[in-house]
Amino acid sequence: MTTFDSPTVTPVTIGGTRGGPDAPTLRQDRWWVQPLVTATILTAFVVYSAWAVFVNKDYYVGAAMHRDLISPFYSPCITASCVPGARGTAVVASWWHITPALIVMGGPLGFRLTCYYYRRAYYRAFWQSPPNCAVADGHGRYTGETRFPLILQNIHRYFFFIGLLFNVILTIDAVMAFRMPGAGGIGFSVGTLVLCVNAVLLWLYSLSCHAARHLCGGGVRKFSAHPLRHRVWKLLSPLNAHHMQFAWASLLFVAFADLYVRLVAGGVITDLKLF
Amino acid sequence: MTEGIADPGPASEAEAEEEPTVTLRVWRGDTAGGDLVDYTLPANEGEVVLDVVHRIQATLAPDLACRWNCKAGKCGSCSSEINGKPGLMCMTRVDELPEGPITVAPMRTFPILRDLVTDVSFNYEVAKRVPAFAPAPAGPEGYRMQQVDVERGQEFRKCIECFLCQDVCHVIRDHEDNKEHYAGPRFFIRLAELEMHPLDTNDRRELVRQRMGIGLCNITKCCTEVCPEHIKITDNAIIPLKERVVDSSYDPVAWLGRKILRRHKRSAEEAAAAAPH
Repeated sequence: MTTFDSPTVTPVTIGGTRGGPDAPTLRQDRWWVQPLVTATILTAFVVYSAWAVFVNKDYYVGAAMHRDLISPFYSPCITASCVPGARGTAVVASWWHITPALIVMGGPLGFRLTCYYYRRAYYRAFWQSPPNCAVADGHGRYTGETRFPLILQNIHRYFFFIGLLFNVILTIDAVMAFRMPGAGGIGFSVGTLVLCVNAVLLWLYSLSCHAARHLCGGGVRKFSAHPLRHRVWKLLSPLNAHHMQFAWASLLFVAFADLYVRLVAGGVITDLKLF
Repeated sequence: MTEGIADPGPASEAEAEEEPTVTLRVWRGDTAGGDLVDYTLPANEGEVVLDVVHRIQATLAPDLACRWNCKAGKCGSCSSEINGKPGLMCMTRVDELPEGPITVAPMRTFPILRDLVTDVSFNYEVAKRVPAFAPAPAGPEGYRMQQVDVERGQEFRKCIECFLCQDVCHVIRDHEDNKEHYAGPRFFIRLAELEMHPLDTNDRRELVRQRMGIGLCNITKCCTEVCPEHIKITDNAIIPLKERVVDSSYDPVAWLGRKILRRHKRSAEEAAAAAPH
């Protein structure tokens, strides 16, 4: 008999026979809905954005329509092929003659691809690793993010800084959307509202980023020794709790903003001036 | 699947038809194999799965093996997989589960001992490899900590070691070979707590990268989903640890900063020297 005075040492088993039914999962709920919805939305976004990037027209509503609206996919428009009025003060990539959206999409794309939330989403939805919790991994071998190319996920913080740069540019776009060229003065249209909401959602998505939370103060050992960083960390942490929601909202809205500008520029709809 | 054994039930047949029942489909077996067995009993209002398991033990299957202790979600003993989802039997209400038989199986990630009882000693082996708290020698006033620093680690100390996070983590659930070099979510929160401790002097980042396998985690957040203490394991422990490892191993600017400021990065061997094993 085992007593506290004469304990029997239980041998540690690593490996050994597993219990339970030998099935990929015992879950009875519709666990496949979540990865399916994620995969569908992400695929739809990729297809739409690829089309929007390569169509290379109707991305700017200019003075002819008394508006200054540019699609977020094409901003900053810094190539020689940009339509007049859409480009900034200087053409940076004069050697670039294909769609201007392609040259600027790397930053936001990299930011989202390496984002901790999107990693979770696409590892589940596309890579099936795992498709959902307590559902068998779709792969026999697994090395996680320890090898190339997935080890590159570790440079997320640099894409975060690039993302901030784009946020500044898109915020300037939103401010410029208050201009009503040709009609005179300042105004506020549905297009202005769309670009403003787009900029706000992108800021919320960026500032709720896990890398931002670490860099602003999460990385310190002693909060009491860094009161300012601790204060910033406390401001960003509640945002971080909603990173998933901001990720989806900003992703869908950036596509909507592009679509709205495209419809106005193409003459399909008229941008209603609110005041 | 083995047929269930019906409870004798009330005297009248009409009453028996109307009386609600609950069926537990419990995995019975050991290292030689096993199967799901149905047990049907009268349903009692407000019961949790563990209550039904205890009634099965008391009436239909006295030899059913099940680990439990507090029945209050605080001891972490009754971890199992209920309808395929890792959870505590004592915290899962029967009336919140979908109608039909409730499947109760042992945790999949750990070796089976018998029925619902698994050998979780893998976790104790990992625990021995975690370097202990290593404060600097105390000053004349002893150790002093600000409240804000004390609060930071409190969330991680809520862990009841039910090992549901370890069970659901596909890194070891589906890939047994990773157990040799992967600590798992439970120990990532322990390591995060130590790394965030203002008095600790050890630098475990290389250890976390090389020997604890932080890079194997692909942050699918299942550990957070199943945690009965609602610890934000991924957001507050694993990702902060990953970011600390980026600081120490993948960020070229941080590397340059260390070189210029001549800051030493403790190797995995140096960090591990403080571990009980």
